[in-house]
Amino acid sequence: MNRAIRRVGLAVTVLMLGLVAQLSYLQIVDARNLKDDPRNVRTQIRDFNRDRGLILTSDGEVVARSVEVDDPQFKFQREYPFGSLFGHISGYQSFIFGNTGVEAVYNDVMIGRDTQLQLGNLGDLLLSGKQATGNVVLTLSAAAQTAARDALGDRRGSVVALDPATGEILAMYSNPSYDPQPLASLEAGVAQTAFDALNADPANPALPRAWREIYPPGSTYKAVTTAVGLETGITTPETTYPTLSELTLPLTTSTIQNFNGSTCGGTLEQSFVKSCNTTFAQIGLDLAELFPPGDEQFGIGSAPPLDENPKPVASTGPRSGTFATDAPAFARAGIGQAPVAVTPLQMALVAAAIANDGVMMEPHVLGRVTDNDEQVIRNAEPEPWRTATTPAVAATVTDLMLQVVEGGTGTSARIDGVAVAGKTGTAQNEDAEGNPRPPHAWFIAFAPAEAPRVAIAVLVENGGTGGSVAAPIARQVIQVLLGLPVG
Amino acid sequence: MTARSPLAHKRRNSELALGLLAATITVAGFVLVGLSETDELPADLGGLVVAILGLFAVAHLAVRRFAPRADATLLPLAVLLNGIGFFTITRLDRDRRPGVAALAPVQAVWTLVAVIAFVAVLVFIRRTGVLARYRYSFLLLGSLALLAPLAPGIGREINGARLWVRIGSLNFQPGEAAKVLLVIFFAAYLVDKRELLALGSRRVGRMFLPDPKHLGPLLGAWGLSIIVMVMEKDLGSSLLFFALFAAMLYMATERAAYLLGALVLFVGGATLAYQFFAHVQDRVSNWLDPWADSQGQGFQLVQSLFAFGTGGFAGTGLGLGSPQEIPAASTDFIFAAIGEELGLLGTVAVMIAFLLLIGTGFRIAIQAQRPFPKLFAAGLTTILGVQTFVIIGGVTRAIPLTGVTLPFISYGGSSLIANFVIIALLLRISDEAAADAESPKPARRTVPTGTSPGTTR
Repeated sequence: MNRAIRRVGLAVTVLMLGLVAQLSYLQIVDARNLKDDPRNVRTQIRDFNRDRGLILTSDGEVVARSVEVDDPQFKFQREYPFGSLFGHISGYQSFIFGNTGVEAVYNDVMIGRDTQLQLGNLGDLLLSGKQATGNVVLTLSAAAQTAARDALGDRRGSVVALDPATGEILAMYSNPSYDPQPLASLEAGVAQTAFDALNADPANPALPRAWREIYPPGSTYKAVTTAVGLETGITTPETTYPTLSELTLPLTTSTIQNFNGSTCGGTLEQSFVKSCNTTFAQIGLDLAELFPPGDEQFGIGSAPPLDENPKPVASTGPRSGTFATDAPAFARAGIGQAPVAVTPLQMALVAAAIANDGVMMEPHVLGRVTDNDEQVIRNAEPEPWRTATTPAVAATVTDLMLQVVEGGTGTSARIDGVAVAGKTGTAQNEDAEGNPRPPHAWFIAFAPAEAPRVAIAVLVENGGTGGSVAAPIARQVIQVLLGLPVG
Repeated sequence: MTARSPLAHKRRNSELALGLLAATITVAGFVLVGLSETDELPADLGGLVVAILGLFAVAHLAVRRFAPRADATLLPLAVLLNGIGFFTITRLDRDRRPGVAALAPVQAVWTLVAVIAFVAVLVFIRRTGVLARYRYSFLLLGSLALLAPLAPGIGREINGARLWVRIGSLNFQPGEAAKVLLVIFFAAYLVDKRELLALGSRRVGRMFLPDPKHLGPLLGAWGLSIIVMVMEKDLGSSLLFFALFAAMLYMATERAAYLLGALVLFVGGATLAYQFFAHVQDRVSNWLDPWADSQGQGFQLVQSLFAFGTGGFAGTGLGLGSPQEIPAASTDFIFAAIGEELGLLGTVAVMIAFLLLIGTGFRIAIQAQRPFPKLFAAGLTTILGVQTFVIIGGVTRAIPLTGVTLPFISYGGSSLIANFVIIALLLRISDEAAADAESPKPARRTVPTGTSPGTTR
């Protein structure tokens, strides 16, 4: 019998070792997938039952905090004191819908799962078993964000301001916005009702227009057309263009007209200041297949690496290899109409790149991570994203943009004692049926021109002309960001 | 028996030391569960320490007195597994749904009853040969116990399986008792008939086929398994009994042909069951793809997999996971709760403990000189091994899920008592064998029947 007993024993042992292999698969190989599976409620349950770090503005205001509550299921409730002001930025913490915004991107920091945070607090962890939570300090200030909201008023649109040297987002507000508070409710019914209402709203307040919606940029895009033209040698500041009221597009009978049908032309410089469509449509045609790669240097076609959730969408431009079949698209691209469509964030990055000697920095909303004692765990390091153009071209475009504000279409952005470089845009657009709608008002700028600290893009949907509608909004936000009296 | 042999001395002292280690691990687990919620030591810590040391002391002293030469590791391993189960149940109690009674206090009482049963076995069963004499009584009792849940009035269906008996206010799973009773019968019967069964009457190639009339017992066991599966919808017990009988038949005869026959019968039975029973089809489709219906049929298994995955290598830490999300976390799925909070480190540690337990059981079987205790020990160990494999394989999706308890760890009195009785019987067999080996004169033969004298191998 012993031989058979040994064999049965061996068989049982082999079976058990098979189970050890299966366990190793589940707990090591497949562990990450199982743990992060959206159907696995453990993550949310755990996160709602422990303290969570703060989201703070750069000027020390609380955007989000967790307070202890007397709830049978969860120990903490998230609060958003600013309501809708930072709605798109902070997002919300929800056990039903998952987290969005900074709540999603920096979740690990705030629940203390961040490696650097854990190393720093190893002592606490071992002594009390408590995981230290981390605070997220944003690059945005409450003051600038409020200024952006107030300047927009009840007009739909977006303001994006950033530091051109570092990529720090200083203000980023889109109207309409939403209050994250009811979405973070511990009562499933309340959260669901708020979520349904938010998604049913025709104004679409859930959409962060600043980085998730694309619009034709109109004449603000001439800054890109000019930079690409200069860098490729297709044009120079002294190149002269014919004075026309309209330009007939090749292969078609359609034309591109100057604003209000006026005649316009002259040197590149004169054309830029007066925003002549005929000149820049011509440059678009002259660039031809050189245009798409130039656009790509400015980030067109790529989603900017912004630390937000949901992630930014990519802006679009004329497609490589299509000039032979669709030259008119290149003319329209020269003046910032379809096929060009951009996010307000993308246009702010364009202004920032020209301000920063042609180098476009990665945009980010995280300033630094601090621990419970407000000790800095780490600072967000500036990283270049794109080399948009050369320092020489950037300097030339800056000169042109200074003249726009000094004596061109952008005079309403003038600030006493500060050199503001800017470009207006008034972008034609149509509704779903193809009927023309009031133009989008655009303005991009940076200041002070000699040592830029702020780059900005303002969009007002169907707001009118860029110079009269968008430029004053930019001026107010710049004044707040530079610490000047708003007037 | 009372003579103090050096072997007995050594083994009992090892058992004491190992048992204290197991008790320490249990207490440490209990303390960690408490500390995961508050900074204070659990209020009932003193009570737990007294209870666990008291219970172990009683069991250990009983072994010292009544089976002094028995193996040293079985009781400590049982204490360890039982302790891991206890602190896991305590931890699951903490996050139980409102209005649900705590299970740990009940489990503590059942542990007491199980230790009493353990001691009783050691006190009243001095020679295992006695058991073989009443083989047919055990067959009757075992069959009755197995089929009792079908009896109207006392039988109860819980969670879709009819394997409970309710007497007064207590629910029992008589199948747990049946498995021990039937092993006694199988062992005695097979030791009687093994020569006959091993004798090939026909030869096909190199293989001897047994006379068809001797296939009766195999077919009988198969029929019993089918009844259990069909009438009680208890796939786990059905599989367990059939695997047990097939393994014992093979161990008794050393004829691989029986294993082949058992395999054919198993495949046939399984195919028929799959064709005709929806609950069998559900189990199989859940096993193949639990994600297809992760909120319905596959919910429990998917929750189990999430628990293992979330636990990962080192686990979330005791009291820091959410094992209460797994349905039946304290009974059939307790291994998933351990996987979540103790990680792969914990699950592999438990597997090693089971392997040691099973290895020790088979070693006792091999060391036993007499055929009945030898086959008896092998059968008891096979039950532990197969049951452990079936439930751990089920909750880890290695095999289709069939609900049986995880020995010593799962919540449940019937199972705990049966498993402690198994340990007591193995200790008895181990002590007998050691006493026989020490004894200067050849052991008195108490072969159950006179028909097979040549059983000295």
